[in-house]
Amino acid sequence: MAGGAASGGSAATDTYKEARNWLLLPSWVYLGAFVLVPVIMMLIYSFLTKEFRGGVVWEFSTAAYDQFFFDRGLFGDEPARIEWTYITIFWRSIWQAGAATLLALAIGFPTAYFIATRPEQARPMWVFLITIPYWVNLLIRTVSMKFMLRDSGPLNDFLIGTGLINDPISIINTNFAVQLGLFYSYLPFMVLPIYASVERYNFSLSEAAADLYASKWVTLRRVLLPAVKPGVIAGCILVFVPSMGSFLAPDLLGGAKNFMIGSLIEEQFKGNAGNWPFGAAASMVLLSMVLIVLMIFARQQAKAEKEAS
Amino acid sequence: MSESRKTAIDVRGAVKRYGDFTALKTISLSIYDNEFFTLLGPSGCGKTTLLRMIAGFEDVTEGAIFLYGDPIADLPPNKRPVNTVFQNYALFPQMTILDNVAFGLEMRGQPKSQARKAAGEMLELVQLSQFAARKPSQLSGGQQQRVALARALAPKPKVLLLDEPLSALDLKLRKAMQLELKHLQRETGITFIFVTHDQEEALTMSDRIAVMSAGELQQLGEARDIYERPRNMFVADFIGETNLLEVSVDAINAGRATCHLGGGHELSCNAVEGVNVGAKVHMSVRPERLFMSEGPTDSEGLKGTVRENIFVGTDISTLIDLDDGPKFIVRTSNSDRGNKRIFEPGNEVYVNMEMEAARLLID
Ligand SMILES: Nc1ncnc2c1ncn2[C@@H]1O[C@H](COP(=O)(O)OP(=O)(O)OP(=O)(O)O)[C@@H](O)[C@H]1O
Ligand SMILES: [Mg+2]
Repeated sequence: MAGGAASGGSAATDTYKEARNWLLLPSWVYLGAFVLVPVIMMLIYSFLTKEFRGGVVWEFSTAAYDQFFFDRGLFGDEPARIEWTYITIFWRSIWQAGAATLLALAIGFPTAYFIATRPEQARPMWVFLITIPYWVNLLIRTVSMKFMLRDSGPLNDFLIGTGLINDPISIINTNFAVQLGLFYSYLPFMVLPIYASVERYNFSLSEAAADLYASKWVTLRRVLLPAVKPGVIAGCILVFVPSMGSFLAPDLLGGAKNFMIGSLIEEQFKGNAGNWPFGAAASMVLLSMVLIVLMIFARQQAKAEKEAS
Repeated sequence: MSESRKTAIDVRGAVKRYGDFTALKTISLSIYDNEFFTLLGPSGCGKTTLLRMIAGFEDVTEGAIFLYGDPIADLPPNKRPVNTVFQNYALFPQMTILDNVAFGLEMRGQPKSQARKAAGEMLELVQLSQFAARKPSQLSGGQQQRVALARALAPKPKVLLLDEPLSALDLKLRKAMQLELKHLQRETGITFIFVTHDQEEALTMSDRIAVMSAGELQQLGEARDIYERPRNMFVADFIGETNLLEVSVDAINAGRATCHLGGGHELSCNAVEGVNVGAKVHMSVRPERLFMSEGPTDSEGLKGTVRENIFVGTDISTLIDLDDGPKFIVRTSNSDRGNKRIFEPGNEVYVNMEMEAARLLID
């Protein structure tokens, strides 16, 4: 105890610091083992040479990226041109995921608002009801969706039964079927964050807007939406990101024409026909895209917060 | 006199029920143009409910509400030329102070630039011009309160509703805001309907007060009238400090009632319709309208003993036990003490009252 009071104080903060580091250890281990290591592995594999029956040869190569972006002819000896095949698949993935996100927003927002405006005791039950279908495995849900949507399925039977249409509409194997599938796969990820922010919303703000002559629509646009924006953005990211990389819905509902990046990646690792470095390279491209989207969002969020304070 | 004034809000037999709970029982009242009108009553008596029915946030179970003669009970809130200052202010957190104040003007169809200009003038009126670009969270409670006021006044409503707008402020700020509000009301000429459960605040600010209790109107009148001539026990007890005495009416003669207080003490006061000879009723006597003397000053001096003096700032309250009778509180202003004798505990005194100080109450 020779150090006296002053150094005693700093010793105490040091102990806290140490304790804090130890307590944070599990999260560091988790992030390292399940985020950092897989991403690094994927990065390394994307720069290796492919083995013909799947797997890799440990030899550095940029062939995978080259194949993704450039076309050098059948024998690889022509001058490089842009390879549109994969970029198109990529573009389609963004488009499909975006459409699914909008669909989820259109249905999810009113749903979340509805739940958040129920009496307080009733809300947990509504949230529970929303999540019930998601206790069933995603694969089974997507397959049953295929049965629902097909030409002689319940949906078409119903529409014909009501006399709305005479001939079945072909939904299956279209872009729309994939969008529906993605929308249904990730809907709760939209509903729950929006619900959480609407529940925290101070409804007297809506009353104040109405009191100041605002219509319902203006109140929604200028008062409610800005207040629940963080929830809406979180919901959109949570639906968009997994939709981008999804392969179940495009495979089962979209058919061969409506291939998405997730299916492309999946194929590279399946059976003997795959190309591991190419799959890893495509994954890296997907990951970078998603990261860029998230970073733009984070930057904007920080800017909005800076403005607010 | 006041009967000839124009009526701004006319509530006709308004009833509000939530399920089988009746929050308001057949309220009828008229609020005049250009008036500072206060709804006063204890917590849960239905003040907010009545105000929200006028604003349009609650529908009227039965009855009607008229605004300058037009029925408004079926109009949605955004179609009523009535604005509200909310108790929690309800300022839009994402908008600047200026945009908050301009909001109502824009919604009424003014172009943005014009609305902002008018909002700026409004902010000047409440002395907040320098905060125009800030967000509500960057202001103090009192400043937010003034923004809420400016926002509600900006569209020049026909009637302004204020639901306990000062309750979150500390006493000093509150007093200052009371004067400011009263001033604004005079300056703008807008009818104010003010809700409070603070009787002192109500008396300070209002032209007329409606005292409510348990969903019913107890008394409606000018502030002074309510204070000096409470109609029933609830009003007498709720407004100001008073001596509430149980009396029996012995005789009524030429508009004067002679009442018995117990212990042989007698008092006379104005008779009240509905109170007959033999009735046991309550009497209210304001403590500041009593005074003490060493000997009997007239036939009505009530003899007693001083028990305690309590210093309350500007006044001294003296507790007196009447011989074999009820207790009295007498309030003496400190500024009067120079020419009055101070009675100490144990002293014998006579309690006297000014003319008309005692009021019989119908319960
Ligand atoms: N939505 C509602 N459902 C059921 N009862 C309600 C509802 N709103 C108000 N009440 C009841 O109506 C009565 C009057 O409420 P109100 O809010 O008008 O009181 P108040 O006079 O404004 O009280 P305070 O001074 O505490 O604000 C209360 O007993 C309250 O519990
Ligand atoms: Mg209230």
